[in-house]
Amino acid sequence: MASLISCPHCGPRPKEEFAVRGDATLLRPAPEASDEAWHAYVYLRANPRGVHVEHWQHVGGCRRFLVVERNTLTHDVLSVADAAEVAQGGAA
Amino acid sequence: MRYSALSLLKNALGRNLGWSPVWREPEPKPHYDVVIVGGGGHGLATAYYLAKAFGVTNIAVLEKGYLGSGNVGRNTTIVRSNYLLPGNEPFYEFSMKLWEGLERELNYNVMLSQRGVMILYHSDSERDALIRRGNGMWMEGVEAELVDREGVRRMMPFLNFDHARFPILGGLLQKRGGTARHDAVAWGYARGADRLGVDLIQNCAVTGIRREAGRVVGVETTRGFIGCGRLGLAAAGHSSEVARMADLALPIESHVLQAFVTEGLKPCIDHVIIYGAGHFYISQSDKGGLVFGGEIDGFGSYAQRGNLATAEHVMEEGVAMIPGLSRVKVLRAWGGVMDMSMDGSPIISRTSIDNLYLNAGWCYGGFKATPASGFCFAHLIAKGEPHPAARFFRLDRFERGHLIDEAGAGPQPNLH
Ligand SMILES: Cc1cc2nc3c(=O)[nH]c(=O)nc-3n(C[C@H](O)[C@H](O)[C@H](O)COP(=O)(O)OP(=O)(O)OC[C@H]3O[C@@H](n4cnc5c(N)ncnc54)[C@H](O)[C@@H]3O)c2cc1C
Ligand SMILES: [Zn+2]
Repeated sequence: MASLISCPHCGPRPKEEFAVRGDATLLRPAPEASDEAWHAYVYLRANPRGVHVEHWQHVGGCRRFLVVERNTLTHDVLSVADAAEVAQGGAA
Repeated sequence: MRYSALSLLKNALGRNLGWSPVWREPEPKPHYDVVIVGGGGHGLATAYYLAKAFGVTNIAVLEKGYLGSGNVGRNTTIVRSNYLLPGNEPFYEFSMKLWEGLERELNYNVMLSQRGVMILYHSDSERDALIRRGNGMWMEGVEAELVDREGVRRMMPFLNFDHARFPILGGLLQKRGGTARHDAVAWGYARGADRLGVDLIQNCAVTGIRREAGRVVGVETTRGFIGCGRLGLAAAGHSSEVARMADLALPIESHVLQAFVTEGLKPCIDHVIIYGAGHFYISQSDKGGLVFGGEIDGFGSYAQRGNLATAEHVMEEGVAMIPGLSRVKVLRAWGGVMDMSMDGSPIISRTSIDNLYLNAGWCYGGFKATPASGFCFAHLIAKGEPHPAARFFRLDRFERGHLIDEAGAGPQPNLH
């Protein structure tokens, strides 16, 4: 894992300040969605070997949720953005 | 060649020139009845039992690297059957029983050492949880023993009993638990399978799964197309990548787990000891090195190496439990890719594709499972029916709500 993650709010910080939540590509289904849709959302993961997009939280800093693009094979961090901004259609 | 004291003596007198290669290196055939993807412990054991116990002999094991280059050669070698839940415990006990006869079965020294596995507790609530686990074991007929503080002190006087935050109050002991030599387990199954006619094909990465009319007809590999009647996946940390070749998404995330070994010391730690306060465990290898590890690093990874913050954390826990460890030099650290499942328990199952079978989700605990995993997976592939000991390990349990969640952590794989 790269040793630094560049928080858009706090700047480059040691990755130990962050907690990983997991896959950020999943979209929460509507409450009345099918069992299959909920099963896929709760349990199934793409788990790619290579570039992946995840939610991390800067628990030791601004406490914002972030969308981190990262390579699971090389551990390079490719981009970091605020999760709320991404959800509202900002840069991923 | 059959191994025995006599063969050892004969070859020693013959200046060890008389040993023959332990397995063949065959060219892949165009078609097999069963192809297994992954030449780790589970893939090799599956092939062995398919040939030995279920009468299937036209089998190939395809391994992208060399046999045993994955987790089977990277783990900390602990074998035990001290699980809590009824979905798990009979399976791990079946495995333990197979371990107890494995050297005779394989005519191979896997150096099984039933030195006892102790899980320590540090509070009343941890004690109660371990009593519950011990009772769960007894209910499946597996012996477990609660040991009080003085009992632990007699067995392991070097522990830090009076740690201010995590004093050691006692532990749960499984006497039949212990360690086995990991490489030897891979080699022993490989040799056994080869002798029964299984083709072990190394440096052969599977790159695609070819299907026709909803059934698997073979695999694309770096050594060409290989046809098969049935396909078994046993790719451990790379399960998601291989299943993707058949358009299957799995309830699995791959994470890195590290382990460490110190310089060789005189015998000083007689058991496997698991620290209940955090996550740290240790044992001493027959060469004298202290082998230890802790938790997974916590983020998804296929890198087979971890990071220093986790290494530091593991060693801090180790020194908290055994202060004398601070004087010992660490020789090596390494990592393996763990197939962390969504409930922390494994999958030995049919899939939505008729002749495609899945063995995955072993998390950090699949070495102890090797014999039973191979046996039960072979049973499933040969008969199309789950072995009774593995009947809860279905892939559709997530959909049906029958999770086997030992830790009670929910669908967050890095917490199991
Ligand atoms: C540091 C560490 C400590 C551990 N400690 C313990 C322990 O003390 N006790 C315990 O019970 N368990 C432990 N484990 C877990 C245990 O090692 C694994 O659960 C178990 O080895 C997994 O099964 P396997 O042996 O078949 O896996 P592997 O040996 O990883 O086999 C899978 C094989 O599939 C191959 N493969 C992958 N993709 C392809 C492809 N496309 N084509 C062809 N081949 C492919 C890989 O190269 C690999 O050889 C530990 C693991 C690690 C990393
Ligand atoms: Zn921040």
